[in-house]
Amino acid sequence: MMKTIRIAALLSLATLPAMAQVASEHPGATSSAGMPQLDFGNPWTIAQVVWMLIIFGALYYVMARYALPQVEGVLEARRARIEGDLESAQAAKQRADAAMAEHQSATAKARAEAQAAIAAATQKAQGEAAARAEALNAKLAAQIEAAERQIASARDNAMGALRQVATDTADALVTRLIGRSDSAAVAKAVERELAARGQA
Amino acid sequence: MAAEGKAIDALSQFQLVPFMGALGESVRFSQSNAHMLLAFGLITALMMWGTAKRDIVPGRLQALAESGYEFVHGIVTGQVGDQGKRYFPFVFSIFMFVLFGNMLGLLPYAFTFTSHIAVTFALAALVFVVVTVVALAIHGTHFFSYFFPEGAPKALAPLIIPIEIISYLSRPISLSVRLFANMVAGHVMLKVFATFVVMIGSAAGVLGLVGAVLPMAMNVALVGFEILVAFLQAYVFAILTSIYLHDAVHLH
Repeated sequence: MMKTIRIAALLSLATLPAMAQVASEHPGATSSAGMPQLDFGNPWTIAQVVWMLIIFGALYYVMARYALPQVEGVLEARRARIEGDLESAQAAKQRADAAMAEHQSATAKARAEAQAAIAAATQKAQGEAAARAEALNAKLAAQIEAAERQIASARDNAMGALRQVATDTADALVTRLIGRSDSAAVAKAVERELAARGQA
Repeated sequence: MAAEGKAIDALSQFQLVPFMGALGESVRFSQSNAHMLLAFGLITALMMWGTAKRDIVPGRLQALAESGYEFVHGIVTGQVGDQGKRYFPFVFSIFMFVLFGNMLGLLPYAFTFTSHIAVTFALAALVFVVVTVVALAIHGTHFFSYFFPEGAPKALAPLIIPIEIISYLSRPISLSVRLFANMVAGHVMLKVFATFVVMIGSAAGVLGLVGAVLPMAMNVALVGFEILVAFLQAYVFAILTSIYLHDAVHLH
């Protein structure tokens, strides 16, 4: 059927050269009255319309039955192709987006883990440092206390010795000056004097 | 139509003559019908061979066939809507038939079958019949409400209904006369100016040859104009058919 239509179309195209011949054979009869189109008494005018209805009917049949469905098929195929391509592109984009999101979440997770590790290490190091510093402080405080105790005892000893020396000296001086000495009174005076100077 | 004693014969180009002598004579097949057959062949060749390869990326012929398809498809669906798809082959055939009739008529020696009122009126009557049948098939007797617009004052009915009926019945006349008159006017103008070229050119020697350039230039411009008119009239025919189909499907 397709082939028949194509042959029919080809045959109708073959009328082209014949037409030029017709036109040159009939250079136009001298019309006597007005427009030939309005000469409805002319049987050719009516025959023209009858042939036109036949040819137009054939055109409609071929267009509706064969030509237009074929063109529609081509357009539909293209639309389907483009839509398919678009869909696959969309799917690829979605996959890429998902991979991107996954990558981002993995990065964020890794970063969070690293941050936590750093924080823990810092805390641990700070704790250790604090403990060491405390221990050192305690040790130093103990040493300072021991030294202070030592100094205090040394000073007490020295103060004790000072009173003895002062008492003895004063006793000796009194003995030399007046020939005798009341050691108890001297000791008392020294005691008072030392107390007055705030060294008792 | 007489000028300088010689008649300008602008109308004999519309005379029907038998095609292929006695053969055409015997079946009353005129050169006009031969051009219709040629139009049929060209349209079929364009649509069938143009898209035969079914390329995804179309070649020139396929692009032409596809743009013709999409152009008319746009007109029909734009006017009628989705229901218009059923009438698309009809409008497409009308458009292509008129377009090729107009365009082929511009070729030298060619005959313009759309310059015959009988042809254009038959086409317009065909459109009229199809539109009316479609309207009756879809809406039944409710179709007759088309002649009285909804919401119009009842008192005006005796005025509105005859006007609507007359305007409905005059559609095929305006549709056919518009195409016919455009094509006849264009071809008469072309013929008149072409006759001027010959007359002036053969009248006054060298001066005449120089003078003949003016109508010649006019004719060149007219041919370009006529190509526009040929397309435009086919478009108008198709879009009016679509508008009438819209009325038939939707009733206003």
